[in-house]
Amino acid sequence: MSYTERVQLTVNGQAQEAEVESRTHLADFLRHQLRLTGTHVGCEHGVCGACTVVVDGVPVRSCLMFAAQANGCTVTTVEGLASKDGVLHPLQQAFWNNHGLQCGFCTPGMMMTLVAYLQENPNADEDDIRDAISGNICRCTGYETIVNAALDAAQVMRERI
Amino acid sequence: MGVRYFGAEVRRVEDPKLITGRGQYLDDLPIAGVVHAAFVRSPHAHARIQRIDTAAAKSTPGVIAVYTAEDFGDVARRTLPHMVPVAIVKQPLNYQPLAHSEVCHVGVPVAVVVGKTRALAEDAASLVNVDYEVLPAIIDWRRALDANAPRAHSGTPDNLVGALHGRFGSVEDVFAKAPHVFAERFETHRGGCHSMECRGVAAMMDPFGNGLTVWTSTQAPHMIRRLIADHLGRDERTVRVIAPDVGGGFGPKCAFYPEEVVIPLAAIELGLPVKWVEDRHEHFLSTTQQRDQSWDLEVAADLNGRLLAVRGRCIHDNGGYVPYGLVAAVTSLSAFPGPYALEAVDIKLDVVFTNLIPNTPVRGAGRPTTCFVLERLADRVARELSIDPADVRRRSFVRKEQFPYPTGMKARDGSLVTYDSGDYHGCLEAVLELGGANFDERRTEALAQGRYIGRGIASYVEDTGLAPFEGASVRVEPTGRVVVQTGAASQGQGHATMFAQICADILGVRIEDITVEAADTALFPLGIGAIASRTAVTAGSSVHQASLAVRKKAIKVASELLEAAEGDLELEDGVVRVVGAPGLNVPLGQIAAKLNGMSGIPMFQGIEPGLASTAFYEARKTTFANGTHLVEVEVDIDTGRVKILRYIVGHDCGRLINPMLVDGQVRGGVVHGIGNALFERVQHDEQGQPMAVNYSDYLLPTAPEVPRIEIIHIESPSPLNPIGVKGAGEGGTIPAAAGVIAAVEDALRPFNVRITEHPVSPARIRELIRLGQAD
Repeated sequence: MSYTERVQLTVNGQAQEAEVESRTHLADFLRHQLRLTGTHVGCEHGVCGACTVVVDGVPVRSCLMFAAQANGCTVTTVEGLASKDGVLHPLQQAFWNNHGLQCGFCTPGMMMTLVAYLQENPNADEDDIRDAISGNICRCTGYETIVNAALDAAQVMRERI
Repeated sequence: MGVRYFGAEVRRVEDPKLITGRGQYLDDLPIAGVVHAAFVRSPHAHARIQRIDTAAAKSTPGVIAVYTAEDFGDVARRTLPHMVPVAIVKQPLNYQPLAHSEVCHVGVPVAVVVGKTRALAEDAASLVNVDYEVLPAIIDWRRALDANAPRAHSGTPDNLVGALHGRFGSVEDVFAKAPHVFAERFETHRGGCHSMECRGVAAMMDPFGNGLTVWTSTQAPHMIRRLIADHLGRDERTVRVIAPDVGGGFGPKCAFYPEEVVIPLAAIELGLPVKWVEDRHEHFLSTTQQRDQSWDLEVAADLNGRLLAVRGRCIHDNGGYVPYGLVAAVTSLSAFPGPYALEAVDIKLDVVFTNLIPNTPVRGAGRPTTCFVLERLADRVARELSIDPADVRRRSFVRKEQFPYPTGMKARDGSLVTYDSGDYHGCLEAVLELGGANFDERRTEALAQGRYIGRGIASYVEDTGLAPFEGASVRVEPTGRVVVQTGAASQGQGHATMFAQICADILGVRIEDITVEAADTALFPLGIGAIASRTAVTAGSSVHQASLAVRKKAIKVASELLEAAEGDLELEDGVVRVVGAPGLNVPLGQIAAKLNGMSGIPMFQGIEPGLASTAFYEARKTTFANGTHLVEVEVDIDTGRVKILRYIVGHDCGRLINPMLVDGQVRGGVVHGIGNALFERVQHDEQGQPMAVNYSDYLLPTAPEVPRIEIIHIESPSPLNPIGVKGAGEGGTIPAAAGVIAAVEDALRPFNVRITEHPVSPARIRELIRLGQAD
């Protein structure tokens, strides 16, 4: 009962080609086949947002997308956020500066949701940001420091444009 | 030595790896050749297993093995050892690793399939055929002690797990003389932990020798090692337990679970590394939760509304097994009398079996529900006597000058429970001042506009820094790097940063020069667990003591090397130097190299080798944190929706090691409590089938529902430990549900609503308004 597909995609700037089982979702493919374990799986039914990655510029729950559907797509995960020489993305820096994480499990999904959102909405205010991350559950922080981090990062990202 | 880090908002040393995707949670560990397990779990709340047919599963391609209790002999039939074995547990009925003949809640593991991939193992698990004889189940804990109630375990005389009784003072006299006595019935419900990382276990036999290594997403690696060794009949030295990065714990990851024995058994049997990662559905079915309580209480008050005494009874739903002693129930009882200087308390608490998931501590343990009933009683007195709820607290709190204050309750070792320090009035007045004195006017104005706003306050005391110990060793390497090792595990609290701060100040190094290693039984010999808000007090004090010993040793050796008196030396920037002659110095790393020895060269006389020290700070007495929360809400009476307008926390956990981390603990805790007040309910039907097994049905707080949380710190140092700290992990949660519910009730004043339960859903709020209007 095992059907496979061949996929070609770009992940964090690198071309990848692989044979995947048809039923394998994108999160499992990234984690187990490409060993990009920064993308976390928290609920596997598309509610917690921990597995969020950016596919062709749009935040996507990688537990609700088959790897085969990513054929031809450009995918960015948390491992692709910092620059190649290790300089942190403004969001990563802001999460660190603002204590925007505790256990860190939801953090990659939070940042991938926000990176896509802030690119589209560079002037977002607190309410906008709370709505934007309403599909990402964090059990540790109470969200406030995540919101602070997002507001900080938005400012840095605006200044860079 | 100048204080540079202790007390400062230092950024976390844990973060760089976590924000770049380089964390290593259990499912991220690159274990070569690992195979994957999936469990077959009971679909019934109570049933007898008649036959298990594994033939179809075994013949599925990709399946390596299928095990039931039969395959592991006695080791699978023995019930698991108890985490906290105590005599008050009358019927200590615990899980078997795989259920052999009877299952006592939905989700109990009955078989395990090991396959080449998790997906293949899950496919095959669905082909394991189990014949069950369904037995009557007890689901309603309030009826569990009825003579004709179904027994949660067949063949038992009744459903009583244990009966607790806490009392002090002349209760009958106080009630007989009290001018005011009010009775109230409460029902409290607390949900699960819902750490964003589910549980998981991996195990392998070492390639040489007889060692077993177990990785588990736990709060208590040393306890888990002890229990695995105990159950498997091994010496502890042959079992290594490692907690890798752990994605949240909140209590239930401290329990000892069947999977923590079954996965090692499968790894031993197969000679292969085996891994199991809980999925969210399994989390709802198998990770312990905090369960229901019902309370019948009376409160006695004087003419001015000063609280005098509380008495009554609680029935506490234990669920189907007792893996963790009676910790949740005991902490409910020992949370009396809260911040109040009561003259008498008499509480009976019956712990009963039901055919539901076990009740073990979730953030706050049994304290939040006791806080809820005490605070609701205080509000009831205020309401009946038409006085300000703050005045009831002012008149009833333990006063600052009364510390150390023996409450009258007895601790587990028979000693008197004694509050060490605090300023309960200070926290209360601070939040009231920030909250503003004009709330009554604002409420009246809002009401004129058809808006229903309310304010609630809730105060608490939390016993923290639980006995017995958590040790630490501090060692300087020849490179000058300082290594701190401890048994204390971490699930996101920022312990590594906190330990590094404490150590860096004493050794005069930067926190970047310190590596903290924890939660691996091979690195540190003993440990208890990251529970009960205890790590800062216990491990923090040990790091302090070990660092001081290393400093003393470094100065002593440097005095020999530099030929200077110890009193003339200072330790700064990782270098011991002569005061006033900075050219005369020796770096810590060089001292460490000397102390590591060289063949044939004698060492310094009377000085042990190694620039290192190990300390076990012994927590003989409990430190008590405290605080008051103030909550403002608006209730939409048409939809029942509650919006939290403002949330203020007055918090006192003694000296703050890192205010940023303490704030993080407080905020996260408060939001957990908001979930308990308004959203989270683990519901079952009459057969014990869970009605909420995903995040569409079980609601967790998300960012838009959560307010900013304003925090005021009051610092009453604990006199009991060298760094003056108290625990901060659970104080956010403890009074939150009480405060939110008080505010909702206050908002609904015009409808004569009294709320004696939580959580309250929008539908329930609408119902309460209707019932209040009908009265």
